[in-house]
Amino acid sequence: MGKVNISFTINGSSHQIDVEPQWTLLEMVREQLHLTGTKEGCGTGDCGACSMIVDGRLITSCCMLAPQADGSDVTTVEGLLANGDLHPVQQAFIETGGVQCGFCTPGMIMATKALLDRTPKPTLDDIREGLAGNLCRCTGYTKIYEAVMTASGQEI
Amino acid sequence: MKPAPFDYHDPETLDEAVSLLGRLDDDVKILAGGQSLIPLLNMRLARPTALVDLGKIAELDYIREDNGGIAIGALTTQRTVERSQLVKDRLPVLYEATRLIAHPQIRNRGTIGGSLAHADPAAEYPAVALLLDADFKVRSASGERTIGAADFFVTYLTTALGPADVLTEVRFPLLAEGVGWSFIEMTRRHGDFALAGAGVTIALSGGECSHARIVLFGVDATPVRSKAAEQALVGQELSEELIASAAQTARDEIGEPLSDNHASSEFRRHLAGVMTARALTEAARRAGWVN
Ligand SMILES: Cc1cc2nc3c(=O)[nH]c(=O)nc-3n(C[C@H](O)[C@H](O)[C@H](O)COP(=O)(O)OP(=O)(O)OC[C@H]3O[C@@H](n4cnc5c(N)ncnc54)[C@H](O)[C@@H]3O)c2cc1C
Ligand code: FES
Ligand code: FES
Repeated sequence: MGKVNISFTINGSSHQIDVEPQWTLLEMVREQLHLTGTKEGCGTGDCGACSMIVDGRLITSCCMLAPQADGSDVTTVEGLLANGDLHPVQQAFIETGGVQCGFCTPGMIMATKALLDRTPKPTLDDIREGLAGNLCRCTGYTKIYEAVMTASGQEI
Repeated sequence: MKPAPFDYHDPETLDEAVSLLGRLDDDVKILAGGQSLIPLLNMRLARPTALVDLGKIAELDYIREDNGGIAIGALTTQRTVERSQLVKDRLPVLYEATRLIAHPQIRNRGTIGGSLAHADPAAEYPAVALLLDADFKVRSASGERTIGAADFFVTYLTTALGPADVLTEVRFPLLAEGVGWSFIEMTRRHGDFALAGAGVTIALSGGECSHARIVLFGVDATPVRSKAAEQALVGQELSEELIASAAQTARDEIGEPLSDNHASSEFRRHLAGVMTARALTEAARRAGWVN
């Protein structure tokens, strides 16, 4: 069963590599590119821990095959860092205590980024809808919603 | 969570896809958005020998008006449907149904064709397709054919499509002027598959019900019409009592709903009645009923 040659950009850098067709985008990014910020929670699309942004859309990378990323522009949580500085969304999660064990955090941050890219001043309902595909077993969500409000420059 | 190995093909045209599918054996699977198939591959509940990914076939990604209806290419994502002004303005029932599907991540990748071909009995699109009597366009190596919604859904996760058939388009007729509609469901959590749901269209002439169509989903192996309840409504003066008795008829008419760790069969049946009554009431109000 042959490998597939794909080209894509990830966090601004271009790659052309051979991938196993049955590898998910998540597995390729973690195991082949060694970007381990993105986590695998469930592998079935239910938890959102593996969220990335592909061509401007939030996706779960456990439910996308690596070959499906051919020609795409992928952003992972590592791509939010600019010149060593944390992205305002990352900073807001720290400030509000939106992180406990941290396992859901990369996915939450990508979902927040995708939400704010379209809706810079979201209401609480927009936030609940935008983050509906991301589960957190620790925080109870309140601190996470506060992080999103803070990142969007709104009063909590 | 790792799928078993398979060969991967990504044709760029429909013709190429169809001829590939005609050549490969029956263990080949079509891949669209992957939001149902990839979890199944990850859990190894599906082990195809080859995948034909339709993702690069741009000609199957469109939403357009098509003499009195809206035609949607099979590869159009649920997200694109949700954001279509045409759908929102001309076919709001499809917009509402789309909003009930899963989460942003899933709708960003899941396609309308994939939803219909997957045919989960609790999914929204199969139910809307049956409610509106949509037509399904299918291509295979032997040509093109059209299947009506009433014949498309065969049983649990099974449609009239063969392994080498590509669903290319679904065409929804628009609702006539004055027809009221509703599409609602009950879920444990926002975005879950429905425990039970109902879609309704209704028209009134004076105070009398001149048309009624009721589709229930999540309660049988496919979405189902409640024909006895429809008949109980048509020709009658609409009232709260009539709606309550039609809902009771719909509840009694369904077979044996699934029992699982989300809900018992009896609870699903109960919900089917509640959803029917609520959907009838909302649809009737949209049709101008004042109660
Ligand atoms: C966490 C989660 C929650 C979900 N919640 C819901 C929900 O609430 N409601 C809901 O309706 N769905 C839900 N889904 C399913 C989702 O909507 C899927 O996207 C959809 O059912 C399948 O579409 P797809 O494009 O991803 O198809 P794929 O997963 O790629 O394919 C699904 C099946 O259809 C076949 N197929 C696909 N396209 C075609 C075609 N054009 N012609 C012939 N066969 C084809 C494939 O061979 C496969 O058997 C959920 C999924 C997840 C992961
Ligand atoms: S690991 Fe992808 S959604 Fe849970
Ligand atoms: S912080 Fe632990 S799962 Fe969210």
